[in-house]
Amino acid sequence: MSKPHGGKLIDRHIKKEPSDTNGLSKFEINTNLSEDILNIANGVFSPLEGFLCNNDLENVVTEKRLADDTPWTIPILLDFDKNDLKEIKEGDSILLSNKENGVRALLDIDEIYTYDKKALAQAIYRTKETSHPGVANVHNMKQLLIGGKISLLDSKPREFDKYNLSPKETRILFKEKGWREIVAFQTRNPPHIGHEYVQKTALTFVDGLFINPIIGKKKSGDFRDEVILSSYDTLMKHYYLKDRAVMSILRTSMKYAGPREAIHHAIMRKNFGCTHFIVGRDHAGVGSYYGPYDAHDIFSEFPDLQIIPVFFRSFSRCTKCGSVVNDKICPHDQKYHINFSGKKIRELLINGKIPPEDMMRKEVAETILKFKQPFVE
Amino acid sequence: MAKEKEDKKFTTISIPTPLAEKIKKRIKGTGFTSLSSYVTYVLREVISGMDEEEEEVFTKEDEKRVKDRLRALGYID
Repeated sequence: MSKPHGGKLIDRHIKKEPSDTNGLSKFEINTNLSEDILNIANGVFSPLEGFLCNNDLENVVTEKRLADDTPWTIPILLDFDKNDLKEIKEGDSILLSNKENGVRALLDIDEIYTYDKKALAQAIYRTKETSHPGVANVHNMKQLLIGGKISLLDSKPREFDKYNLSPKETRILFKEKGWREIVAFQTRNPPHIGHEYVQKTALTFVDGLFINPIIGKKKSGDFRDEVILSSYDTLMKHYYLKDRAVMSILRTSMKYAGPREAIHHAIMRKNFGCTHFIVGRDHAGVGSYYGPYDAHDIFSEFPDLQIIPVFFRSFSRCTKCGSVVNDKICPHDQKYHINFSGKKIRELLINGKIPPEDMMRKEVAETILKFKQPFVE
Repeated sequence: MAKEKEDKKFTTISIPTPLAEKIKKRIKGTGFTSLSSYVTYVLREVISGMDEEEEEVFTKEDEKRVKDRLRALGYID
């Protein structure tokens, strides 16, 4: 099993009496920030204990590393407006809260600082174009940043909690199952045959498979979270060994930062205890901002990442081979290859039709079609 | 000011000149842009591989609580 990133699994849960927080300034934060707090507190973002201070941010931007040289590629930031900060200063503690998931957290303010949005966007997303969703998010951020440690006081139960395991829980689970080498697979879609091929190919060489869907804010036309989870439940029930595969969700927002985000995704899975991480074509990409294999190439910059990337290029079904193939194993011409088109599968499902079995398992398709509305409106 | 800050991020170490020359030859045509970037890469790799293998220790209470939850959720029997 992988050691936590930075050497120690962070746990920032703290028990305090409500009276302990009396008199503190309170700030309502958005749901994305509250997810960051939960991920810090649960150790998903180990070794981070809070939001980045300026020296860490500068180093992440220029070196893709924290100030202590630990690999880190996506800055975890808390933004505020000047008006919010009238009453507070460095050294103060404030109470952060979010109604949607009941997060209440203390923030010990180490630093209040300014930043350059354009430089930040260019470094993280390799573009200044505001049509990139990540760049747009940076431009929508407030003017100041606050760095400092957080302590999670409270959060409320939420939908899909039965699928939600913390790094501490997955580590104990993997140990209990006797898995030493675990490969993680990230997904945002129900599984088609190509996904199953990738997962099972990787699983062949390790002890266990950790299927880790990202759950959260979706755009119109995406599969709903419950559809993704149910379809995987079905696939695992019919086609996976119970002792070789588990699924748990990850609540975090997609940044669409391509290669940098691939490293971030690998780090999170390392904290769950995984030793290997599957990286596909254009991982975490959007539009044509990144090359199809930029997210593979970036791993060569991190000899000290301590999680092994498992790279998959394109894969398709070869009618000559009669199986799923990739470009390294099939000698046949492209005319024999059928690509796994998510768009085509989606179109069939929208029309209530079961996709061909060489594209998607019948049981999986039937599970999806049981939902009156499988897609986000 | 910026240069001063940049200087603080790096330090100088000495290696034998013949070794430096060998490295310079070796990194020609690779993705390494300098002797420093190559040495940094190798040292990061070496140091991370030297980290002690410590068995993670959770308290018995923690472990029992987690196992009870995993059992209740059907992750373990």
